[in-house]
Amino acid sequence: MDMDQAVAELAEKARVIRRHIIAMLGEAGSGHPGGSLSAADIVTALYFREMRLDPSRPDWPERDRFVLSKGHAAPVLYAALAERGYFPVEELGTLRKLGSRLQGHPDMKKLPGVEMSTGSLGQGLAVANGMALAARLDGRDYRVYALLGDGELQEGQVWEAAMAAAHYALENLVAIVDYNGLQIDGPVSEVMAPEPVPDKWRAFGWHVLEIDGHDMRQILAAFAEARHTRGQPTAIIARTVKGKGVSFMENEVDWHGVAPKGEQIAQALEELA
Amino acid sequence: MTKIATREAYGQALVTLGAENPDVVVLDADLAKSTKTLAFKKHFPHRFFDLGIAEANMIGTAAGLATAGKIPFCSTFAVFATGRAYDQIRQSVAYPNLHVIIAATHAGITVGEDGASHQSVEDLALMRAMPNMTVFVPADAVETAGAVRAAVACDGPVYIRLGRSGVPVLHGDDFELVPGKAVEMRRGLDATIIACGLMVAQALEAAEQLAAEGIDVGVLNVHTLKPLDVQAIVNAAQRTGAIVTAEEHSIIGGLGSAVAETLAEHYPVPMLRVGLRDVFGESGKPDELLRKYGLTAEDIANAVQSLI
Ligand SMILES: Cc1ncc(C[n+]2csc(CCOP(=O)(O)OP(=O)(O)O)c2C)c(N)n1
Ligand SMILES: [Mg+2]
Repeated sequence: MDMDQAVAELAEKARVIRRHIIAMLGEAGSGHPGGSLSAADIVTALYFREMRLDPSRPDWPERDRFVLSKGHAAPVLYAALAERGYFPVEELGTLRKLGSRLQGHPDMKKLPGVEMSTGSLGQGLAVANGMALAARLDGRDYRVYALLGDGELQEGQVWEAAMAAAHYALENLVAIVDYNGLQIDGPVSEVMAPEPVPDKWRAFGWHVLEIDGHDMRQILAAFAEARHTRGQPTAIIARTVKGKGVSFMENEVDWHGVAPKGEQIAQALEELA
Repeated sequence: MTKIATREAYGQALVTLGAENPDVVVLDADLAKSTKTLAFKKHFPHRFFDLGIAEANMIGTAAGLATAGKIPFCSTFAVFATGRAYDQIRQSVAYPNLHVIIAATHAGITVGEDGASHQSVEDLALMRAMPNMTVFVPADAVETAGAVRAAVACDGPVYIRLGRSGVPVLHGDDFELVPGKAVEMRRGLDATIIACGLMVAQALEAAEQLAAEGIDVGVLNVHTLKPLDVQAIVNAAQRTGAIVTAEEHSIIGGLGSAVAETLAEHYPVPMLRVGLRDVFGESGKPDELLRKYGLTAEDIANAVQSLI
């Protein structure tokens, strides 16, 4: 398949996933649209192109792993898993409901395809390190991807893990920062400025790539470069727009953790048609 | 009597285990010399990971290793393992029910001179309250080896509480630790002392002292705080009608609480708790501290006498 066609198909898949996110959250009546939508293109690229997966065998030892460290973006993960065939798409409608496998934050014991239970921010990269070390111990060549929020970078454990990943030269590890500039209390730069983010990762010993996190070509190119990077882990700093794809949610801090209702759902789905 | 610190026994047990089981990996946070994981590092350097002074990261890394079938033992001081990395244990280990073994050393006040910042008096309360967690408190070197072995056979997360100071060896080499099965160290009719960790030896000494005064007390050794051997505790209450608990831990949330909860629900009898009375420790020699904080055989014997 040539690149243009691949990119077009992935963009189309990302659109479908964004629609699922809106529909799921609307149905659930609560949850996190902003950070789910900002990560949709990255997660789509991972699940529909980059990662080695077999949805019929979620326990396949050779599979690549994805850790959604920013666990509140569970809807984007669930939508990707459903579209990829891990469970029926209809089940997305059970998000956050009693008895559902689709918990408010991902639960690896409940839902096949979820590699790690997350929700308490700051913890996923350390877990990804452990997975990457296990691959090395077992002589397996699977790769590990962790998606972090930019606000999440304020957690000290992220930097403990960043130091360790470089120390152990985990070249099979990729950290992706969903750099949407917003957290709950406001712009990340106002709450607790993380800049210069790329320099920080570089200083911690990582190979650093800066991309537009909504440009599918740049996303794929970054993953390809990471795959060929030797001797150090790769950090992809992906500039994104929180709420991407829904005009009234874009760059709006208040759309971090509220679900759309009624007319809002209709308008969002129309924009994503 | 020979004295061996349970951390020492832990280090040796890890080496034995490492030779038998290639999936066993060991993580430490810059305390390998003190926790005794250094022995494992020497034998199996490629299966040992020092995460530096970063306990939270150590627990998270262990969780990741466990998802891929490794059996990680994580060691640091109990105060840091359960305090600094509490949320990582909760979110990344216990909730996903991952088979991570936290073998924490330097528990309790017998840490000694380092003082209260290094003396965990509440770690059992934290770990016991954690869903999915199995909690071992070995009383001696033999139980430590047994707990290490039993921990590998457990399913989910395991906490093993180990000490810094030498403690008497109470068991023969043929002793087999059965998780969740308390050990009747001594049978008695007038009262039962229920103890864990290094207080088991103190309890046995207290029983000797009381015997000299014509008081016949039993000693029940609860090496597994969770799951608790409810039946053995109820049986002791039925047989002797009076219970004293003894632990090198706060009387809030540890063994004393667990036994009180059990008796209150199943068979209420008069009881007293010997332990730290809602206070932090301080610097001093382990023996001095045990005396100051009321954790000696005499203190246990006095509690029994005031009860019957
Ligand atoms: C340890 C922890 N503290 C606080 C929270 C509550 N919380 C959920 S999302 C969030 C903001 C996250 O911002 P960011 O990492 O930038 O995520 P994104 O913008 O991609 O949604 C916070 C504080 C949490 N989940 N975990
Ligand atoms: Mg953000």
